[in-house]
Amino acid sequence: MSTMQADTDSTDSKGSMVGSIDAVDQYLTFIMDNEEYGVDILAVKEIRNWDSATPIPRAPPHVRGVINLRGTIIPIIDLRQCFGMAAIEYGPLTVVLVLQVTTSGNDSREVGIVVDAVSDVYSLDSADIKPAPQMSDQLNTSFIRGLVTIKEHMVILLDIDNLLGREDLADFAEVRDAIKKDELVKAV
Amino acid sequence: MTKILAVDDSASMRQMITFTLKSAGFDVVEACDGVEGVSQARQHKCDLVLSDVNMPNMDGIAMTRELRTLPDYKYTPILMLTTESGLGKKTEGKNAGATGWIVKPFKPDQLLNTIKKVLG
Amino acid sequence: MSIELSQFFQVFFEESFEGLDVMESGLMSLDPANVDNEMINSIFRAAHSIKGGSATFGFASVAEFTHVLETLLDEVRAETRGMSTDMVDLFLQSVDCLRELLEGLQAEVPVDGARADGLRQKFEAILDIPADAVVSETVEVEPVAIGWQIKLVGGEDILRTGNEPIRMFTQLGELGELTITTDFSRLPAFNALTLESCYLSWQLTLMADNVKRADVDEVFEWVVDECEITIEPIMDESVPVAAEQVEAPEATEAVEEDVPDADSIGLAAPQTQKKAEPGSIRVDIDKIDTLINMVGELVITQSMLGQIGADLSSDNVSKLQEGLQDLERNVQVLHESVMQVRMLPISFTFNRFPRMVRDLSRQLNKKIDLVVKGEQTELDKTVMEKIGDPLVHLLRNCLDHGIETPAERVKAGKPETGVISLNAFHQGGNIIIQINDDGAGLPKEKILAKARKNGIIGPDVVLSDEQINDLIFQPGFSTAEVVSDVSGRGVGMDVVRRNVQELGGHVSVKSAEGVGSTFSISLPLTLAILDGQLVRVGNQVYIFPLVSIVESLSVDKKQVSTVAGACDLLRLREEYIPIIPLHDAFGIEPDSRNLEKSLIVVVESENTKVGLVVDELQAQQQVVIKSLETNYQSVEGISGATILGDGTVSLILDIGGIVTIGQNTTHMQIKAA
Repeated sequence: MSTMQADTDSTDSKGSMVGSIDAVDQYLTFIMDNEEYGVDILAVKEIRNWDSATPIPRAPPHVRGVINLRGTIIPIIDLRQCFGMAAIEYGPLTVVLVLQVTTSGNDSREVGIVVDAVSDVYSLDSADIKPAPQMSDQLNTSFIRGLVTIKEHMVILLDIDNLLGREDLADFAEVRDAIKKDELVKAV
Repeated sequence: MTKILAVDDSASMRQMITFTLKSAGFDVVEACDGVEGVSQARQHKCDLVLSDVNMPNMDGIAMTRELRTLPDYKYTPILMLTTESGLGKKTEGKNAGATGWIVKPFKPDQLLNTIKKVLG
Repeated sequence: MSIELSQFFQVFFEESFEGLDVMESGLMSLDPANVDNEMINSIFRAAHSIKGGSATFGFASVAEFTHVLETLLDEVRAETRGMSTDMVDLFLQSVDCLRELLEGLQAEVPVDGARADGLRQKFEAILDIPADAVVSETVEVEPVAIGWQIKLVGGEDILRTGNEPIRMFTQLGELGELTITTDFSRLPAFNALTLESCYLSWQLTLMADNVKRADVDEVFEWVVDECEITIEPIMDESVPVAAEQVEAPEATEAVEEDVPDADSIGLAAPQTQKKAEPGSIRVDIDKIDTLINMVGELVITQSMLGQIGADLSSDNVSKLQEGLQDLERNVQVLHESVMQVRMLPISFTFNRFPRMVRDLSRQLNKKIDLVVKGEQTELDKTVMEKIGDPLVHLLRNCLDHGIETPAERVKAGKPETGVISLNAFHQGGNIIIQINDDGAGLPKEKILAKARKNGIIGPDVVLSDEQINDLIFQPGFSTAEVVSDVSGRGVGMDVVRRNVQELGGHVSVKSAEGVGSTFSISLPLTLAILDGQLVRVGNQVYIFPLVSIVESLSVDKKQVSTVAGACDLLRLREEYIPIIPLHDAFGIEPDSRNLEKSLIVVVESENTKVGLVVDELQAQQQVVIKSLETNYQSVEGISGATILGDGTVSLILDIGGIVTIGQNTTHMQIKAA
């Protein structure tokens, strides 16, 4: 995995190099349905190849099941399901990211998410991260840490704790649609 | 090494006393009431006895009386640890054969000074 | 040398809390009219210990407060004062107050002293102590002495108490220049001499110009009553002597510089007031010995296997197998022993209830006796900590809604005093805790009406008595007309059920109107290991707890009957047992939907049997229970997970939960019909 500096699309020549150390975070990005998403690399405990998971009876559709992670039982979440993407067959390139999540009750949990493939690691200056676009009040966007443009395409940075640590699963699908529409509009 | 028998039903007091005495180079034997105190005194030849007054099973005064009947402990200094309100027990303690008393609460330094006085 | 006293604080707190428990249970058992001597002594000693310790370790507020308590207790035990119910109440309140003070000190959080002050004033009123008297002392300004002349006539018995004049002289000698003249005049004739008696007298001249009278007194303080002591200052002739009387400043306690008042630690208080969880546990020494022995055995077995392994030949194979069997046995025993260490008697939780029942029944103006049985029954420490709150809630419920007022009881022909019995015992691999009352029982009609009103069940649904009573565990359920502050709104029962389920247990209720109710909580004894039966349904393998399996059989269509188009029933000898197809409940594709090609495993939970349809029975093995809740959440019907030999996760069935799912499915189907 290479570490690359992110280019900014603004003419601001400040760039990421000059930013202060604590304003730069590293993000691991992954692909789902040809879209790129990123998570704080400090939250990533492990990356594994997909193997089967034991299904949980009467679990919601995005919970694929549980797996054995060195003696601990952790749930595997199908993010594609959450985001309303079409389900796919998992194959040898399918990857499970094991993430450390802090729940709303302040517990620490380990949760795995299934993604299509892992992309890259980027160091991003917080100055370059744009907030999620304004949307209707009913849509909860707390699971989005922000949007960033890397090599001319948009990467959605996710806030893991708000994504997976809450009781209710946010309106991922609607928010994602709204973001895409927003970007399309901007590109025009 | 000088051996001291420390008798008190309160674990925290015993710990504090033992730590203080050991830090000063004494050997310490503990007991949690008068019965155990007599038993320990019999098993170990102690040079000094420190004892709380109020304890279950056998209090400090009865233990003192008992210790004085043991040949090894006829003249051993026995000091009662007593709270100021317990000074009324002074006479009773004396009659039972106690050498003197240390008033609670005491600081570790006070304990050591008094012991030094007694052991010479 | 300075000794850091804070290292003893934790032990002091722990023993003080225990002492408070002793005081509380002692006070609860006191009969004011006939005070048991042993009991009052042990209560006194507990208070005395706390006072001594708190003073020694610098907790002045606790020491002051306990001092008054102790003084009053001393009078009661010396029989110079009698006890009364009001005094007992006052003492009990002080125990609570002390607990609060000590918890605050332990957590380093400041506690408001108003409560302690209020109680102390009440005690002082009883003891008739005038508050804060200003004492005017006469202070003698000491003449400046350049030395002391001491006459000591040795008391005959001083040697017998271990007091040694030479020691005193040595001490004096440290203060200045000492000259000693011995007076042998009282020595009797040789044959009348008793070696242990003191017959001597001394004249001591101490030359020192900075020694106060108090310092000289101190040397002789232990023998002052037994000896004749005269102490005269030796004056410098040139200096005039003047004695003055001085008004002493208001008596204040001496401020000790080097023992900082430990009360003031709490000033930088953290936001959350958390009682420090004791990180230690008291363990029966026998349990430790068993563990140590087992570990010894393991070491032997393991070294033997090591040797065999290093030198493998075909003769060694059978030895190896024997060794492995031994190892397996030893590990099992060791595991059980270790789990035993964490097991504590349930009395630790039960202990707070007599007090709670007493206080609450007085508050509610009801007469209630609490009978406790089986308090020695052991369970895992963590389970016990978590079952505390649900038990409190159930008890409060009994007190508030279960037991009627004395007037109502008499009208119903019952004795005025209601009885709540608390019982704990082992059954199978579980601990059962029962709370039984002889009160009004659950009001079935009201419950049914409330459930219908809240839409929990349909208007025409017919439920058995048991099913009706079970409704109280639904969220938002409370039939109390008045929300009492004792048990609050109906937020309780569903939370109780959830808490119990999180521990892998069940709670249920049996009740008869007018007679009483019994709440039963069943909890697994060991959280970690289970004897399991591997069962395959479709492509998934599940674990059935072996203790729950009654029998397994293949199905004969003749034994199966269908009821009202809903669930199937299995005729098993004299019983009709509902059949629950696991593949439906779990959403798996089974080998075959034809019952006759499947197996039925009859399982039992709390006297209810159901038959679960499965495809295949596999091995029986011990499984280590892993939690689903740590990283996921609890799942109905599943008590945990385990990792099979091939590394895959297998879910462990919670039979009670499955039975409930089955029952709900059944009656829901009836509802739809």
